[in-house]
Amino acid sequence: MERDTRPAVVVGAGPAGLCAAIELKRAGAPVLLMDENAKPGGQLFKQIHKFFGSQEHRAGVRGIEIGKDLLRESLDLGIDVRLDTEVVGLDPNLKVWAVEGRRRSYTLDASRVILATGATENAVPFPGWTLPGVMTAGCAQTLINVHRVLPGKRILMVGSGNVGVIVAYQLIQAGAEVAAVIEAAPALGGYGVHTAKVRRAGVPMLVRTTIVRAEGNEGVERAVISEVDGKFKPLAGTERTLDVDTICLAVGLTPSIELASLAGCRTFFVPELGGHMPLHDEFMRSSVPAVYVVGDIAGVEEASTAMEEGRLAGIHAAFSMGYLDSGEMERRTADTRRRLRALRQGVFGAKRFTAKERILAEKEKECP
Amino acid sequence: MKPGPELPAVNRVTRHAVLGDLEPLREVTIWFEDRAVKAREGEPILSALIASGVGILRYTKNGSPRRMFCGIGRCTDCVMSVDGVPGVRTCVTAVRDGMRVERQEGVGRWAGEDGRDGA
Repeated sequence: MERDTRPAVVVGAGPAGLCAAIELKRAGAPVLLMDENAKPGGQLFKQIHKFFGSQEHRAGVRGIEIGKDLLRESLDLGIDVRLDTEVVGLDPNLKVWAVEGRRRSYTLDASRVILATGATENAVPFPGWTLPGVMTAGCAQTLINVHRVLPGKRILMVGSGNVGVIVAYQLIQAGAEVAAVIEAAPALGGYGVHTAKVRRAGVPMLVRTTIVRAEGNEGVERAVISEVDGKFKPLAGTERTLDVDTICLAVGLTPSIELASLAGCRTFFVPELGGHMPLHDEFMRSSVPAVYVVGDIAGVEEASTAMEEGRLAGIHAAFSMGYLDSGEMERRTADTRRRLRALRQGVFGAKRFTAKERILAEKEKECP
Repeated sequence: MKPGPELPAVNRVTRHAVLGDLEPLREVTIWFEDRAVKAREGEPILSALIASGVGILRYTKNGSPRRMFCGIGRCTDCVMSVDGVPGVRTCVTAVRDGMRVERQEGVGRWAGEDGRDGA
């Protein structure tokens, strides 16, 4: 088979994109890795907690260390990493439009495109939500763990999923006081290990509770919270006021699918994985055959699953470009798929596994 | 305009159980309106201002205050006028020595638009 010498372009140098680029380069395929940020790593360098999974998933290792290892590997392999480079356009013929340093614009023809664009944090509007001091949990996490700046002294965390409880704990580690973690659902959402750490730190964890409004003049001075009924409506007479200067929102993420939509990838609605996302098959191919989607854009999960998805797409793209034979592709992806399956087990993992199976089935039905 | 006193960094996380002590970095000075702010080389404008306790980064056209929301360049809540250019996302724009950062109202004004030089 003749080898395609046009580059594979990987968009997004987070865990998924880095792994995709690494697999392509290891197979000898030409690859460009682009990221709009000044530094690669995506959100990995904010993850100062230890990861889960088994030994081979690097369980017990902090995200920040995994990030350093991936960067070292990509440097050793000599991957062409283009930072400060925003991909602003992509057409179904795989013409990629990039803007470098917010100044220089260029296009290039890719042989394959792997979209690893991640996800965007959700907002939840309530009276006072535009006040200075209301921010996403990720915003606070970036400030404390990357820039070493505390955005507030006394914090209310809205949402008890993994992001909410992990960031609540990291805010405490950075020197803040967390007044409470509130959760509208009847049960807490995060992994027990993370939740237990926050609870042990003495933080009240309030379920069936929502934020009613934020109060203050030039910034947040108070948060009014209330209990909710079974339909998430505030219950009269249960309002309480917390003196806080910061309200962090950890209310889920939505896949960042703009480029996939531009390329014409068909999307599918999967609420438990964050909303609308491109359909994909077991090799992470979207409905546009030469466009792959990996990591949070293909359903919001975790860095560990994102890395395996990136590897799957990278290996398959290298095969389809003629740099790996089918036996080698099968062998390399079999390991990856086995690890991926192992990551989607247990109470939380099984739900994600079922949702992913639905995406594959829909892809098979819609574009066999 | 006579410069006011320097805004000291009051919100730095200098010690950390996991990350260790904050390693020293070269310092650069930026100007937040008439106040000098010491920033760490390479950090975004946003973190230097938050470290120095700045609570409001801009006002909407209706005079409503804003600070920041997503912190990673998606939402544009933290835009300010930087060296005379309005609408700059301060969370993804690195500090430079001598940079002049000002709060804007609404979409802001380009330097020179009102006859001033933007400084």
